[in-house]
Amino acid sequence: MAHASDSLVAHHFEDIDQQNESAVLGMWLFLAQEILFFGGLFAAYFVYRVKYPDAWAAASSELDIYLGGFNTVVLLVSSFTMAVSVNAAQTGKQQRLMMGMLVTLALGLTFVVVKFFEYKAKWDHGMIPGSGFVYHSTTGDYFAGVNPDQIQLFFCLYFVMTGMHALHMIIGAGLLLWLLALGYNGHFGPHRFMKVELFGFYWHFVDIVWVFLFPMLYLIDRSWMLQG
Amino acid sequence: MSDTTATHDDNGHDHHIVSVKAYGMVISALFFLMFLTVFMAFVDLGSLNPFIALAIAVSKAVLIVLIFMNVWFSTRLTQIFVAGGFFWLLILFGMIIIDFVSRAMVTNPQAWE
Repeated sequence: MAHASDSLVAHHFEDIDQQNESAVLGMWLFLAQEILFFGGLFAAYFVYRVKYPDAWAAASSELDIYLGGFNTVVLLVSSFTMAVSVNAAQTGKQQRLMMGMLVTLALGLTFVVVKFFEYKAKWDHGMIPGSGFVYHSTTGDYFAGVNPDQIQLFFCLYFVMTGMHALHMIIGAGLLLWLLALGYNGHFGPHRFMKVELFGFYWHFVDIVWVFLFPMLYLIDRSWMLQG
Repeated sequence: MSDTTATHDDNGHDHHIVSVKAYGMVISALFFLMFLTVFMAFVDLGSLNPFIALAIAVSKAVLIVLIFMNVWFSTRLTQIFVAGGFFWLLILFGMIIIDFVSRAMVTNPQAWE
């Protein structure tokens, strides 16, 4: 029996289902090593959070909770629009697919731009790790007496973790441009959507990393904000 | 679980398509959990705070993996691959915790005499 999708099956696969499942498995192998890559960074974060709890709470409070919260909303919504794009690709809704990926791209770039302004504020306050690092406290004496070297260590991890995350966002934006170009040329249809679906996995994975980064970096202890 | 929910498209393939409505329910839950985790950061519960924050983050991650990333509706083989990925993470954290808590015993031998 001849399926419309037969021509899409490479010669070394039995059928389209086997081909699709192989692609999904390959993507998950890639994501498994991504989990371990970010896992190593989180492990370093947790070890030093246990060692220096006061410095971690003080340094965390220097991060902008409003920009961080805004970016969390942006990233969650972008995951939703990407999920809708995958559904549109699977059901052959070409226009919705293109719109969904465009909105996802716009939200992803918004995230990176906001991140840039967060980095710039830290740069202006001299809170970039290195010989010129100064602990610029904005929390009054709530966290008085913390060791600035430990604060600096937090910011090392902050910049590496959010920097690697932002790099993943930028790579994701590049891949989205590629998918948009393919979609513009009519590449996708109800039988050919795996590139969109697998990119969706990547995008959601990057979202998950932020789901952990936001509370671990920005929200360690904010109760001081309520004390005026 | 995939047996009861798998739908077949008009070509008889069993690639499950998650509805936009299901995605909408997940994103609503994610927003609720996001507000909850921000709220909890303003409540001082001492050493409980990090565990609450982690529990909420893990719940969000599970929702994203199972529905957004389609794992709930995937084949058993795919689910094993996904579980394997997180199992390796468990090994990574487990080994580091063992190293971290046992370091003092090595530099201070009296600890285990």
